[in-house]
Amino acid sequence: MITLATARRILAQLRNDHRTVALMVLVPSLIMILLYYVIDNGPVFAQWAPALLSIFPFLVMFLVTSIATLRERTSGTLERLMASPLRQLDLLLGYGLAFGAAAVLQVALALTVSLTWLGLDLRGELWALVLVALLNSLLGTALGLFCSAFARSEFQAVQFMPLVMVPQLLLGGIIVPRDQMATVLEWISNVLPMSYALEAMKLAVMTGDLGSDFWRDIAVVAGSVLLALVLGAATLKRRTP
Amino acid sequence: MMSSAEPAIAVTGLRVVRGAREVLHGLSFEVPKGQITGLLGPSGCGKTTLIRSIVGVQVVAGGEVTVLGRPAGSAELRRLIGYSTQNPAIYRDLSVVENLRYFAAVLGAPKTDPARVLREVGLEGHADQLGGTLSGGQLSRASLAVSLLGSPQLLVLDEPTVGLDPVLRKELWELFGGLAERGVTILVSSHVMDEAARCQRLIMLRDGDILADDSPEGLRARTDTADLEQAFLRLIEERQPA
Repeated sequence: MITLATARRILAQLRNDHRTVALMVLVPSLIMILLYYVIDNGPVFAQWAPALLSIFPFLVMFLVTSIATLRERTSGTLERLMASPLRQLDLLLGYGLAFGAAAVLQVALALTVSLTWLGLDLRGELWALVLVALLNSLLGTALGLFCSAFARSEFQAVQFMPLVMVPQLLLGGIIVPRDQMATVLEWISNVLPMSYALEAMKLAVMTGDLGSDFWRDIAVVAGSVLLALVLGAATLKRRTP
Repeated sequence: MMSSAEPAIAVTGLRVVRGAREVLHGLSFEVPKGQITGLLGPSGCGKTTLIRSIVGVQVVAGGEVTVLGRPAGSAELRRLIGYSTQNPAIYRDLSVVENLRYFAAVLGAPKTDPARVLREVGLEGHADQLGGTLSGGQLSRASLAVSLLGSPQLLVLDEPTVGLDPVLRKELWELFGGLAERGVTILVSSHVMDEAARCQRLIMLRDGDILADDSPEGLRARTDTADLEQAFLRLIEERQPA
């Protein structure tokens, strides 16, 4: 009940902020369009599209959640909630639900644009793609929540984005295939959730092979979401110094 | 179950350390039920830290805080205490009534509560205004309204009347008086001495120690002064070693 009320409250906050909603929903589609015309080559675009479709939900949700929770911490609303019957998980799941819904909207539009206007060839199943995108947005939400605990200001919170994002992209196998990296880097790549998310997205979009590899990737990303949620919950203390 | 003689708040030997500094040095006092108790002292004397300890959101280094018969911070207390922080803790990107509806849902308060508390703090005309567009005084009243949701037994208010004009201040103190008559215990902090006279009991704090714990009349009599500001100064002089 409190979880749903929290999700509703966060969605109401979004609704009152038209510009943020517009940016969240439109920017990924605009970048897909830009990428399509920059590459100007259907098959090559089809290789890059899955990566972008998995990065956006993660990126945007990470940023939005880390700033939103930082605001809760600094404005005193978190202290008020920690003195109330709300449980930490209510807040986390509330954010997950609300921003998950926003991510669905975002991916739906980017996907519609990609599949129609940009002629992206989807070999796999649509639901598989949406599932990966949704998990990515939840991962971004959970990690954003966790990282916001280490930021004192919104300036710092924004700086966590490249820190969390860039290594995962460099090591995620989109620039250099993972098995061609130096052994140490491949090990690191093996423990970063984005590597699995990118692979799952590739499988879903390009091959349509939703076999054991796909489900292993999904399980790893889902496990990472749970771990990040637990870590995030641990940063929400009832008592603070 | 609980006898009415039992205090609403009992604090013994409360010590709080923040960073390298001890902010509260072993405080002990009681707050009686159904009264307005004022927590007075200059800014930086530890009022907010003490209030946070009572609400159960402050890490304490030692001592005991018992609230309504339970250790401070107990899960059952979270519905029984209304807490208003010094900085208005409401969402600036939600309207006043959206804020109230959310916190009412968190507390499991009746659906009619938001309208009631809006009336009580005199913000009916601003219900649909975004928090971020309210004036300072309106913001603190909106924050106060949140703490009135769900009919709490204990109200802990950290400087609720800052930035309000005298008329509004008078109205809010009448509201507090009415709540106390209905049996609600109120602990209210202030650094404005003229508000102290409206309390039934005063706790004066300075540099993390209790300077006085008495009724306003008792304080005036003890220090042989007419107003509480003078009483406060007299008490500080008494403390200072000659």
